[in-house]
Amino acid sequence: MWREWKRHPLALASLVYLCLVAAIALLAPLIAPYRYDAQDASAVLQPPSTTHLLGTDELGRDVFSRLVYGARVSLTVVLQVELLEVLIGVTLGLLAGYFRGRWDSVIMRFTDMMFAFPDILLAILIVAILGPGLHNVFIALALTGWPSMARVVRSQTLALREREFVEAARAIGLNHFRILWRHILPNLLPTIVVAVTVDSAGIVLAESALSFLGLGAQPPLPSWGRMIDDARQLMRSHPMLLVYPAVMLSLTVMALNFLGDGLRDIWDPRRQTY
Amino acid sequence: MVRYVLSRLLQAIPTLLLISFLTFIMGYLAPGDPIRMILGEHSDPQTVAQVRHELGLDQPWYVQYGRFVWSAVKGDFGISLYNRRPVGDVIRESFPATATLAVLAILLAIAVGIPAGIVAAVFHNRLPDRLSMAGVVLGISVPNFVLATLLILLVSVRLGWLPVAGWGAPEYLVLPVLVLAARPSASIARFTRTSMLEVLQQDYIRTARAKGVPERAVILKHALPNALLPVVTVIGNAFGYLLTGSFIVETVFAVPGVGYKSIEAILRRDYPVIQATTLLFAFLFIAVNLFVDILYTRLDPRVRFRA
Repeated sequence: MWREWKRHPLALASLVYLCLVAAIALLAPLIAPYRYDAQDASAVLQPPSTTHLLGTDELGRDVFSRLVYGARVSLTVVLQVELLEVLIGVTLGLLAGYFRGRWDSVIMRFTDMMFAFPDILLAILIVAILGPGLHNVFIALALTGWPSMARVVRSQTLALREREFVEAARAIGLNHFRILWRHILPNLLPTIVVAVTVDSAGIVLAESALSFLGLGAQPPLPSWGRMIDDARQLMRSHPMLLVYPAVMLSLTVMALNFLGDGLRDIWDPRRQTY
Repeated sequence: MVRYVLSRLLQAIPTLLLISFLTFIMGYLAPGDPIRMILGEHSDPQTVAQVRHELGLDQPWYVQYGRFVWSAVKGDFGISLYNRRPVGDVIRESFPATATLAVLAILLAIAVGIPAGIVAAVFHNRLPDRLSMAGVVLGISVPNFVLATLLILLVSVRLGWLPVAGWGAPEYLVLPVLVLAARPSASIARFTRTSMLEVLQQDYIRTARAKGVPERAVILKHALPNALLPVVTVIGNAFGYLLTGSFIVETVFAVPGVGYKSIEAILRRDYPVIQATTLLFAFLFIAVNLFVDILYTRLDPRVRFRA
């Protein structure tokens, strides 16, 4: 395992970076020197210093603390969306791929229709209807994201159900639930982990984009997208306020993409990649 | 061939109906009273009732939906709840800006992506490959609104070369087109590279090289046409991305296009406009993908005969 990781240094570095971001997000209250909404009217737009590591914003809030809490916002959205998406997508994909027939055509017809519609457009529409807010963003993203998960799981299940070990399980009289849970699902895990990793990049992007448009995290909650939007007003005088969240966001998305690609190579060396 | 096109057209109808139903029912169920948003919170109940009746908002939902679909087919999307103008006019005014950006961006993405992909494949695992793949990673990972704001910061604010935002003269096009084209260029480049690398391993390429065809001709005449086939489908997907990307880019650069109008409408709960822009985007997306699929079967005899 270790030797394979060594052949994918970018994926390894990304994994380390992402673990770090996740740890920061989990331990945010311990790491951030200030609360994300603590304003200090006497210290507005301060340059970086020992008291404010990355300076302060237009309301005198500590930029470093807000970046740290911003990681927490991203992680929360990713975890919630992926949980829902995996629950819906994997269940429906398994059913469609394993039972085939009517289940399959109904579910696949439906995912086809969802596919015929750009994700972000649907997400924006759902958020527009439910109202702006982080909670509605994760509902919108989960509702638009599961079809791709269902599709990946279905195609893998289709292949797995024809394999000898599944046939053997059926021959000794195991019921469908047991075959799906104990024999097919464990074999799907790598596929699901890769899909979740790559998909998370899209979710971090979508959440920040929606927050940027004012449809996601509401003030004073610090989403990186929101921080970029706030910083636009001040970019002539204080460009760094824009650069910090922009760098964090881009690095995180990049790391998720690298990790996804790396995991795919490591778990499926037969797949030809260049 | 005609049958294939017809069946694909028929398949698109339920999708469009589903989308129209979703757009309709979501607008219908949304919290907030649109009439009070037009007239103000403290208008008298009689006027509210009258306007509600005029706009047909007092009818049961299925009547409203039926009327909605029928008018939409005729190209009539009703009246904007915000400024009482016909939604059709709003769309007609804003569509040219969105279309201009999308077409320029896709042309730029093709012009950058395909050569970058070819170069990367030809110099596989060497410096040009690594450089263009680094570009691809950046293009895919840097969110378009981040790229947009950073470009404004650098090019407009710091260097003062281009206007920060606006519309109406050619110099306003540069930054929005660049931002919109970034991600499609990256995916086209990545796909062209993979496809090229696969084709370059084929036997007929080895044959061509063995019989002494110059390398340049091997790549451009023998390999490229076959390698470009699958790229056509990526271009279709990229187009969908351009439509949704227009929300962000038009908002950041204050371009009076369909994406900007939709965001504006969403914030004002202007349902008829939201419905019209969503349906328009969905229709364009389906139409382009249909066109790409058909084009693909025309270009690739293997697919044509299998179908």
